[in-house]
Formats: sequence, C-alpha cells, structure tokens
Amino acid sequence: MSEQVRQCAKLTVALVLLVVFHAVVLLAGFFAPYGFAQQNRDLPFAPPTSPHFVDTSGEWHARPFVYGLADDPENPGSYRIDATAIYPLHFFVRGAPYKIAGILGARMHLFGVDDPGRLFLMGSDSLGRDQFSRFLFGGQLSLLAGILAAGLSVSLGIIIGGIAGFYGGWLDDLLMRGGELFLALPWLYMLFAIRAALPLQVSQAQVFLLLVAVVGLIGWARPARLIRGVVLSAKERNFVLAARGFGASLAYLLRRHILPEACGVILTQLALLVPQYILAEVTLTFLGLGVGEPMASWGTLLSTLQQYYVLSSYWWMFLPALLLIPLFLAYNAVADAIQERLKSVAL
Amino acid sequence: MRYVTRRLFHAAFLLVGVSFLSFALLQWAPGDFFDELRLNPRISARTIEGLRAEYGLNESLPVRYERWLLSIAKGDLGFSIAYNSPVGPLLIVRARNTLVLTGAATIIAWTLAIPVGVWSAVSRGWPSRAIGFATSTLLTIPDLLLFLCLLLLAVRTGWFPVGGMFSPRAADTVGIAAFWPSAEDLAAHLILPAAGLALVALPVLIRHVRSAMLDVLGSPFLRAARGHGISRSRLLFRYAFPVAANPLISLIGFSIATMLSGSLVAEVVLSWPGLGPLLIEATLSRDVYVVVAIVLLSAVFLVLGMLVSDLLLFAADPRIRQE
Repeated sequence: MSEQVRQCAKLTVALVLLVVFHAVVLLAGFFAPYGFAQQNRDLPFAPPTSPHFVDTSGEWHARPFVYGLADDPENPGSYRIDATAIYPLHFFVRGAPYKIAGILGARMHLFGVDDPGRLFLMGSDSLGRDQFSRFLFGGQLSLLAGILAAGLSVSLGIIIGGIAGFYGGWLDDLLMRGGELFLALPWLYMLFAIRAALPLQVSQAQVFLLLVAVVGLIGWARPARLIRGVVLSAKERNFVLAARGFGASLAYLLRRHILPEACGVILTQLALLVPQYILAEVTLTFLGLGVGEPMASWGTLLSTLQQYYVLSSYWWMFLPALLLIPLFLAYNAVADAIQERLKSVAL
Repeated sequence: MRYVTRRLFHAAFLLVGVSFLSFALLQWAPGDFFDELRLNPRISARTIEGLRAEYGLNESLPVRYERWLLSIAKGDLGFSIAYNSPVGPLLIVRARNTLVLTGAATIIAWTLAIPVGVWSAVSRGWPSRAIGFATSTLLTIPDLLLFLCLLLLAVRTGWFPVGGMFSPRAADTVGIAAFWPSAEDLAAHLILPAAGLALVALPVLIRHVRSAMLDVLGSPFLRAARGHGISRSRLLFRYAFPVAANPLISLIGFSIATMLSGSLVAEVVLSWPGLGPLLIEATLSRDVYVVVAIVLLSAVFLVLGMLVSDLLLFAADPRIRQE
C-alpha cells in the first residue's frame, strides 16, 4: 500500500512540475523581465543577481531589492556589487512588449527593476542579454519542437502500425522490416544526412519546421511497432470482428475500437519521445543546424558553451542545461506511471 | 550454416538500401557545393557550370550513382570537393579513431553494466533502489551536458589532456621504442570521451541486464541448483547468467547505433578527431560525397556489429545452432 501511495505522490509531483514548467514557458513574456533579444552591451557575462532583503548597513527592506553592478577595477572583465545603487523589485510592471501565444500583445511583466538597474536571475550572456528571459523564450521553441515532433512520430506510428497490423501479410512484413532499419540506424547520422539534403540558407521559421519534420519523421518506427502489437491483439476481439462483419472501414475501426485500446501506449510513447526530441533539437542546434541568433532556443543557449572561455569561466551558462534535468525527470516519471498503470490493468 | 548465410544476406540488403537512399536524398537536394561561389558577382555562371561539369555534378542521377558505386569498388568512396581528394583515404583515419573511441566505450560500459545489473537484480532493499535511482537519473541527464561537464573538468583541473588524440610532442619519437609512451598518451586522451560515452550507454545496459536476470532468477532449474548446494556466485555467473545472456548479446548489435550517435556529439564537444567533426563540416559545406560516405560507413559499422552479435549468439546459444 505504501508503495502505491509513494507512486501516486511521485506522479502528482511530476505532473505539477510539468504543468508549471509548460505554463511558465507558454507565458514566457509575462514571467521574463526582458525580451529575448534585448542587449546590454556594457554588461556582458554578468553573474546572476540575487534579490536581497537586508542591505549592507543591516537595515531591513520589506520590498526585495537588487544591487547595481559596476566594473571591478582590479579584475578587468568581471563585476563587483555597487552597494550604493539599490533598485527595488517591482511587481506587475510595464516593460518590453511581447505576444502571448503569438497573438495577443501585452506589456505587463510579473517583475522587474527600474532603469538603469538590471535583474539577471540566471546571469547574462556575451551581449548582456538576460539568460533567464532567453531560457523562457527559448523554451517556447524547444518545447514546441519536441511536442510537435513527438506528435508527428506517434501519428505516423499509428497510421503505419495500424495498416501493418490490420492488413498483415507482405505489407506488414515490408513495413516492419523498414521499421527495423529505421530503429537500427544511428539516428543522428540520419538526421545529418537529411539535414544536409535540405537547403541551408532558409528563414528561421522554415528551419524550425524542417527540424520538427526531420526529427519526427525518423522516429516513427518504435511507436509503429507498439501500435501494431495493440492492433494485432485487438483485431481478434469479438466486438471488432463483429464490426468488421458489418463492413466497418479501417478508419472507423481505428478510430472507434483500436485507438481507445492503444491510448495508454500512445501516451507513454508521447511522454518518452518529447524529452528525446527536445534533446534532438538541442543537439542539432548545438552542432549548428538549428535556429540561429538572435532567436533563443535551448540549443542556442547551450551552444555558447562551445567557446572555451565561456565554458571555463562562467558557471551560470550551464544553468539552462541543468534546468532540463528536472523537466526530463518529470516526463519520464509520467511515462513510467502510465506504463505501471497499463501493466496492472492488463494483469 | 543457413542461419549465418541468411544473416549475411540481410546485412547486404541493409547496406545497399542505405547507400541508395542516402545517395538519392543528397543528390535530389537543392543546391550544391558551389552555392557560395554563385553569390560572388565576379564569378560568371559559365565558370560555375564548368566547375560543375568538371566534378560531374551535372550528370543524371543513375549515372552518378553508377560512377559512385565504381569508385566504392576502387576504395575511393567518391570525391571530396572541399579537400580536392578521394574520400576514402580521408575517411580511413577518422573511422579508425571513431572505432577506437566507441570500442573502448563499449568495453567499459559492458564490464560495468554486467556486475552492476546482476547485483541490482539479486539484491533487495537499498542497493537495488540506489542503482535504480542512479540509472534513472543518469538516463535524464542530456548527453551533451555530460560531455560539457567532462570538458569543464578537464579544463579546470588539468588532469586530462583537452581534445585531440595524441599530444603534439608524442609525434617526435617514432618506431618500436615509441610504442609504450604513445599508448599511454592515447589512453590519457581516450579516457574522458570513452568514459562519457560509456556513462551515456550505461543506464540502458544496466536496466537490460537487470530485467534479463530477473526473468531467469525465478526459474525452477535455479531452485534445483540451489537445492544441490551450489555456491551463490557460481549459481549466478555459471548457471543464471548464460541463460540471461541471450537477449543481451542481441543488444550489443543494437547498442552500436546509440553508441555511434553518442560518439558524434562526444567527438565534437571533446574534439576527438573522428567521423563526427568531419560530418558536420561536410554537411555545412555541402560536400555531399563525404556525407554519404560517412553515413554509409556508419551503416557498415552497424551491420558489422549486428553480424558479430548474431555470430556470438550462434556460438552461445545451442538452440540456434541446432535450427
């Protein structure tokens, strides 16, 4: 019993984490204090600023504040805290304009500080852009890419697996042999081959769609195999036989009888594939084949680490990558939970 | 014997399929190596047409495929425009380096995965839970992040050489006398990328070893063996493990694909002079023959790996031999 309770608590935590993460990323403009391309050329690689309550003289402030940054005269290229400049944190402030879900324009931000103070919760990059804001805006791209590509893979899997399982015979053989080929090939090399085949100089939106299409198209094989298994077992059920006897079409059978049966498998596959595909986007962008500057994606955030001096001197540039771990953990926990549920139902 | 020939046939089919697919894909693609030149107003369209004709880019697809197959037979694997030389010699050294890296990583990963997986299958309580927790955490760490952290470790501590395969000074001494020092040098360079790759592969392998062992551990013949008073370690490694090894051997073949993909990232991040950096360079400059050759080569590695694992299976499993 306690085991079950623990599983349930774990699932709840994972789900809450996922919902919060996605909501924050979706409303990136609201939660981010700055736009993703807003530069502060005089503040490159500023360390993360932390909000304070107590100032240097030991006095309490009801409103959290941040200190200003000044160049450190002894250490060129680094900063020291300027304790004379205090910028209180304001909530629900007007700032840079942004769009909610790409449609609704707004200017309201959850928090911010007055000019010329700057609030870099995760530090700033080489152009003095706020890493936290870029992480949130980048998440819009990367999460969307992961979810779209996973959806594409699973839909292809449903169609191909459905056809293979339903018709059987040589068609089944052909499709499943082809699937084995796709499963066996090193996917990154395949991605490169396909990406090499497509034009290099295209607009950002096209690059994004290409990325989604290529990543999604390559991964159809595993979901297709699983769906085929479900179809094979469902095909022999009496109610499906009856429906076929009445002349039901493949599309009808898939929609009405087989998809509900395959629901668990589909959800598990989605939960497993989304983190994998987010990572595929990150890897491809890191290697120079994804969206480019000034757009933010998790891949472009990480690709600054390719420079040795960034890697070795500015630890906060690792933060975006570290934040991916809880996200992936949550996705995997959800996938595990669905799988467990399926197993217990099947028994 | 029929088993082996069937496997060989399957492998050949896979290779031909991959070669044609990747070739066709790249040849149909819009644009070519000379796209950059076209942007230059001082180079006339005639010149570029001449260049295209010189490198045989204006022929039809079947002609080019045929010519390419012939060049494979010669060992050239096509012609790299960027390097202005046949691809084959260019690739051999890189492929060897990738093989060294993936081979070392495979060995490290399996030698760790088997005892740890068996241990987590037989133990109750905290060891099993701890291993489970470690594997699922390791599984969620992006491989890119892992390699970057290893690179940071090397840069910060200076314990490991950063990038490359040999130190520059190692090239000074040659001959038999240089064997041991150069092997040491290679090992020092190899340890970081190989350990990173092994860490990426490890959680999946441990899980497979664990589940394969769990399947076997409940079976009656083991209970009988225990009843005969056979010692625990002998029971596990002489009786249970060979039975559990069957799915694991086929996994060796499949895990090569993951290994190759992982090694591409590792090679780029940790500057290992393998196929990965060359592939990216070639992709970005549209040097198609290099890309096709590397993809084909990765398929060859894969097929060889699967073949080896099939043969191992043939050797290890009497049921398959008798078939």
